Amino acid sequence: MPKITFIQPSGETQEVDATTGVTIMEAAVDAMVPGIEADCGGNCICATCHVYVEKEWLSKLPDPEGDEEAMIDYTADPQDNSRLTCQLQITDELDGIVLHVPESQY
Amino acid sequence: MAEEQTETTVIVGAGHAGGMLATTLAQKKYPGRVLIVGDEPYLPYQRPPLSKDYLAGDIDLDKLYLKPQETYDKAGIDLTLDTRVEKIDRDSKSLKLANGADLAYDKLVLATGIQMRVLKAPGSDLNGIHYLRTISDVQKLRPELIEGHKLVIVGGGYIGLEVAAIAVKRGVDVTVLEAMDRVMERVTGPDVSAYFEKRHRDAGVDLRTGAKVAGFEDNGSGHVSAVTTESGEKFEATTVLVSIGIMPETALAEAAGLDCDDGIVVDEFTRTSDPDIFAIGDCTRHKNLFYSDAKRLEAVSNAVDQARATASVLCGEDKAYDAVPWFWSNQYDIRMQMVGLSDGHDDSVMRGLPDDDSFAIFYLKNGVVISVDAVNDPKSFMAGKKLVAARATPDKNQLSDTSVDLKTLT
Ligand SMILES: Cc1cc2nc3c(=O)[nH]c(=O)nc-3n(C[C@H](O)[C@H](O)[C@H](O)COP(=O)(O)OP(=O)(O)OC[C@H]3O[C@@H](n4cnc5c(N)ncnc54)[C@H](O)[C@@H]3O)c2cc1C
Ligand code: FES
Repeated sequence: MPKITFIQPSGETQEVDATTGVTIMEAAVDAMVPGIEADCGGNCICATCHVYVEKEWLSKLPDPEGDEEAMIDYTADPQDNSRLTCQLQITDELDGIVLHVPESQY
Repeated sequence: MAEEQTETTVIVGAGHAGGMLATTLAQKKYPGRVLIVGDEPYLPYQRPPLSKDYLAGDIDLDKLYLKPQETYDKAGIDLTLDTRVEKIDRDSKSLKLANGADLAYDKLVLATGIQMRVLKAPGSDLNGIHYLRTISDVQKLRPELIEGHKLVIVGGGYIGLEVAAIAVKRGVDVTVLEAMDRVMERVTGPDVSAYFEKRHRDAGVDLRTGAKVAGFEDNGSGHVSAVTTESGEKFEATTVLVSIGIMPETALAEAAGLDCDDGIVVDEFTRTSDPDIFAIGDCTRHKNLFYSDAKRLEAVSNAVDQARATASVLCGEDKAYDAVPWFWSNQYDIRMQMVGLSDGHDDSVMRGLPDDDSFAIFYLKNGVVISVDAVNDPKSFMAGKKLVAARATPDKNQLSDTSVDLKTLT
């Protein structure tokens, strides 16, 4: 079971056990990680599942494309390591990934 | 002395708003007990996929649930499903459930959603006439969407059109009968309606506007065989979907004497006329601080944002509902995202072109951007969210000029 660590703006961390085959957003929502709102349920509509990926993990993720890329650019505070977690499938390779939850999703 | 008992909050309706409220309370470490009573046999779930991926068979049932059972168990949220609440007794602060049980509350939250508007016409009780609100409805409708079947959809709102798109892709012969002179009249402007009408016709849907249903014909054994219109036309049907709008589910609230006005009336803190009773989601006529007048909306954004407001009040933070509502619809490969409410606009600006299958309409009132409908244009939607929230008054020429980065206008 891959583990994902979410770090809140306050520094508080939460480790979530995830199953492969679901998205990082789903794992976060099921574990009630604060700040991963995912209002559209993973449809790449709302951008409220935005995180900053700890830099060393970026290379393990496929590049954002299409709607995800377009939407990220317009989130409250986009960074080079911004991703929408509903577009990221969990794989064994991502075991240990560290993600930072933004201050606000709006 | 024993510690004082913590308060009990009961949520009626295990839908999107009810489920969201319960888990938001848990996230906020609300000290009271939280119980949800819902009349459907399912965990709280999202309805948008019911006319999209779930109807198409592209996602499984468990993807609809907002959270798995385990999450509620861990959070100590008590779910009573498949059980209708029959009555609220405000004097004794208790609920009467359909299974005969009484349930006491300190705080009550009504998240009862909607009732489908039923089409009353000769033959409207024939078999083969469907409505679409619940998982169970999809499970009855989906097996009918097979090659060779004739589906007549009454109502060209976004739900009817989403179903049309899925059905026609499956080889069903699809007719859409819309009573108004354009589709999605209630949610969007004429340019967007025209675009969708064209796309549906191109895909092979027989789409009729201004078509008012007169009645349904019987195949001789109690099953629908055709839909007739007031103008005397007849459309053969093996299956009919009626999707002509909804009414807020206010029965419990009205019987309990709470203020209702086409929706349970609530303030920006989601409080009803009884200080211990709240209401959220589709069932409300609500105050949103962003707007001057009360609104009633059928949208996930409204359901979850109102749930957040209630959670804040129950946790003593009192954060009012002031978020701009947004919405979406998927038909074929078209992804439409909408933000704000366009009613009352006096001007509009198009950015991009429908012929390029990517464009947006910005609706303005006195120069202020009040709403955006973005078709395959997520940038305009995201920028639109900011423009609407900021009550921005951008230059119209710049809005329509696709070489101008919208970020420079927000
Ligand atoms: C097919 C379909 C597609 C949609 N697509 C979109 C979309 O793309 N985007 C979008 O933003 N919105 C969409 N919506 C609307 C969205 O689903 C609603 O806005 C949202 O579900 C509202 O949440 P709610 O909790 O207020 O109501 P609901 O989710 O409807 O939940 C209310 C629940 O309360 C139950 N209930 C009612 N009375 C009682 C009682 N007396 N006792 C016990 N239980 C009771 C109901 O059975 C229901 O389960 C769609 C809706 C449908 C039906
Ligand atoms: S959940 Fe809405 S964009 Fe990811």
